[in-house]
Amino acid sequence: MSYAVSMTVNGKSVSGDVEGRTLLVQFLREHLRMTGTHVGCDTSQCGACVVHVNGTSVKSCTMLAVQAEGADVTTIEGLANGDELHPMQAAFREHHGLQCGFCTPGMVMSAIDLVNENPDPTETEIREWLEGNLCRCTGYHNIVKSIEAGAKAMRGG
Amino acid sequence: MTATGIGAAVKRVEDFRFLTGRGNYTDDIDRPGQAYAWILRSPHAHAQIMKIDTAKAAAAPGVIAVFTGKDLQADGIGGLPCGWQVNNKDDSPMAEPAHPALATDKVRHVGDQVAVVIAESKDEARVAAELIAVDYTPLPAVLDMNAAIAGGALVHEDAPDNTCYDWHIGDAAAVDDAFKQAAHVAQIDIVNNRLVPNAIEPRAAIGDFDTATGEYTLYTTSQNPHVIRLLMGAFVLNIPEHKLRVIAPDVGGGFGSKIYHYAEEAIVTWAAGKLRRPVKWTAERSESFMTDCHGRDHATHAEMAMDKNGKFLALRVATKANMGAYLSTFAPCVPTYLYATLLAGVYTTPQIYCEVRAVFTNTVPVDAYRGAGRPEASYLLERLVDRAARETGLSQVEIRERNFIAADAFPYQTPVALEYDSGDYGATLDQALTAIAYDKFEARKKKSAKTGKRRGIGFSTYIEACGIAPSAVVGSLGARAGLFESAEVRVHPTGSVTVFTGSHSHGQGHETTFAQLISDTLGVPFEGIDIVHGDTGRIAYGMGTYGSRSLAVGGEAIMRATNRIVDKARKIAAHMLEASEEDIEFKDGTFTVSGTDKALSFGEVALSAYVPHNFPHETLEPGLNETAFYDPANFTYPGGCHICEVEIDPDTGEIEIADFVAVDDVGRVVNPMIVEGQVHGGVAQGIGQALLEGCVYDGTGQLLTGSYMDYTMPRADNLPAFKVSTNTTLCAHNSLGVKGCGEVGAIGSPPAVINAIVDALWDDGVRDISMPATPEKIWQAIQAGQRAAAAE
Repeated sequence: MSYAVSMTVNGKSVSGDVEGRTLLVQFLREHLRMTGTHVGCDTSQCGACVVHVNGTSVKSCTMLAVQAEGADVTTIEGLANGDELHPMQAAFREHHGLQCGFCTPGMVMSAIDLVNENPDPTETEIREWLEGNLCRCTGYHNIVKSIEAGAKAMRGG
Repeated sequence: MTATGIGAAVKRVEDFRFLTGRGNYTDDIDRPGQAYAWILRSPHAHAQIMKIDTAKAAAAPGVIAVFTGKDLQADGIGGLPCGWQVNNKDDSPMAEPAHPALATDKVRHVGDQVAVVIAESKDEARVAAELIAVDYTPLPAVLDMNAAIAGGALVHEDAPDNTCYDWHIGDAAAVDDAFKQAAHVAQIDIVNNRLVPNAIEPRAAIGDFDTATGEYTLYTTSQNPHVIRLLMGAFVLNIPEHKLRVIAPDVGGGFGSKIYHYAEEAIVTWAAGKLRRPVKWTAERSESFMTDCHGRDHATHAEMAMDKNGKFLALRVATKANMGAYLSTFAPCVPTYLYATLLAGVYTTPQIYCEVRAVFTNTVPVDAYRGAGRPEASYLLERLVDRAARETGLSQVEIRERNFIAADAFPYQTPVALEYDSGDYGATLDQALTAIAYDKFEARKKKSAKTGKRRGIGFSTYIEACGIAPSAVVGSLGARAGLFESAEVRVHPTGSVTVFTGSHSHGQGHETTFAQLISDTLGVPFEGIDIVHGDTGRIAYGMGTYGSRSLAVGGEAIMRATNRIVDKARKIAAHMLEASEEDIEFKDGTFTVSGTDKALSFGEVALSAYVPHNFPHETLEPGLNETAFYDPANFTYPGGCHICEVEIDPDTGEIEIADFVAVDDVGRVVNPMIVEGQVHGGVAQGIGQALLEGCVYDGTGQLLTGSYMDYTMPRADNLPAFKVSTNTTLCAHNSLGVKGCGEVGAIGSPPAVINAIVDALWDDGVRDISMPATPEKIWQAIQAGQRAAAAE
């Protein structure tokens, strides 16, 4: 059985017919062909699929598309203003917070949610916040530095 | 140094697309009319396949086809080839059992592929696969290497005693003699734990077939697309190379696990041809755990003979190495030529003998994982050296300093085949001692003791051989491939440059580093340079990226092609400036006639190369496009010193890495930001191995650590900030002087961590602890150590 869903993704109204089992990440990747959000595991551990739903970070592999009915969804594709990167994206570039780039969308989306909640996080708070995001390339060292700098930039400093 | 030249911390070119969700990974690609494959996998570690009934699955909604190993056999599809032959002690070849792309008569590990369903959607393929009825007769599974050798069930009928090979290197008699002279002998038994590589991007593959041209295309998550084309085309599917294109687009991490030719690549390519439709397969993480080649898994006994002053006289090593159920592409060379040849380490040990028995078990195949053989060698040696320090009463620093190869001793021939070209081990050690404030360690230890904590410090002065490899050397050692690299530098009429490299970037930032080489050499703007990799249809040839070879081999090929560009451009400039070639100077992107003010920019010369209105065509060809193939003269030898300081709560076993210092000699640094990032990542994987990660099978061969719920990946709050720096000696045999930085972190760090734990707990009676050293294991070791001390 299929269900009609509609939601706002990166400020644009979208809709589609999905199965009940269709995950939000499948809807984004397969229906909308927005492949910036990645799938790295099947147990909600890796965080490569983190998006914002109504302003809060969510693992889009852990939410059904139908649950996002009417929601306001932001993905990694929705952060930059044209060629101008969001301060958190810019901080990741500046501080080499990414290597292969696969975990990066989830890291950036998760980091922005952290800073929204806690504008000036300590290193320990950043590391603890990233519990749900796995990176195999960077050893997290530069991700932590990037988020510190991104938080500062988001504070306007 | 220019802002974008060699030595500059240039921000990465590739980051914009990765940060904005515009990367192009294999699973992001869809081909028109694409179907989806789901692989049915064995739930048994070892079983006979009596019958496979696919009728119900074939009739399920959306199903296009169901294939088994018999269908592949009927089409004459071969097994997956092994790329390296190791010989036994008696020079007979290793056992090399068949590795079918789909199992026919037997399954040999949990996850072994049995059948493939191809359907209109992934969900339909998956649901239909559950309808395939496989009649298995389970067989006893053999998991432990000792049991495998001692007459356990046979994984392969044609591999007696489950032995792949029984190999050795070195002079056993000379080692025995040296042990007779020894004043001290240190010995150790260690296990190098099995790891799951876990690149965050799961493997994926799309097969495509063009009915108009008869050309196949495989999109795949590979570190070396040309190698896959060769292996799959020539040995598995019988597709000639001009009809097979392999594209490895953006790849989300590899760490070795994406070097190998996997069955799924052959299955989707073959099925695409058969069905005349693109076929896509993407692994779920559970499949990654049970099909991506695992790493490490050695068990070793080692002994070091020393004179009365603690000078090493001889090293004797016996290792058992787990190959898993089948030989993966490069598996045989990992515990031999990438391992035993490193056992001299950074020390002058004059005699070394090592024997290695490679063993088949009913587990996932084991192959190279970040460091590949070298982490196993450094772990063994650096643990043993610490034991030797305890045996002789020397400090951990002193025993190393007494045995270092001196900075003026290069080139240095080891007793295990390698000739080191450069290094300064004392200098890296000194720099690391300063960075960790070693002189204040005792004060820190006392401070920890006041709060009931145990503090320890651990060292690792390691070396590795990378930049693989001289083809003549590896050929003589059994490699069935050359290990050169190719590069093509194409200068366009307006002076912009495209470089086609056989190296493959899956996180290393080649698009930035390689562009720095070009910007530095040709003086052209950084923005005018593009690096193309990962496509056999665009790049002449390539051996790919592994063994920290991209800059030392691939970069050197780029330099050679670039130098040919300069030579050709100089000829053109000489013609245009009406001067002799010898009088043309080239600097900062400008050709000048020496002693005059006559000058041409590189761009003007490039334009002229393509608008050759007055070229003397007998002596000067149009165009500015050069290719080079570079085969290195030797391996490169990065080395360094890692020091770890830990604090342990003896009541809980909880361990904190209080400090971690890495001083690495990676040769000339082209981009320090990228080098630091590579070291961070390697160290994180090394600490992961030491403290967190370990692959566990139960007694029946079920993989207990089959997901991120069970296998402990290092997370941000498990790791400290790292203190990373370099101490450089130049590689003596490539023009860049580069050595390689991709693996040093994973090679150097595990022994530093474990040595620190043993140091912290020595007075509690703890003499050894196995990886991963979890809090529970540490607590148990403290209890056992204290009990043993009380009993004495």
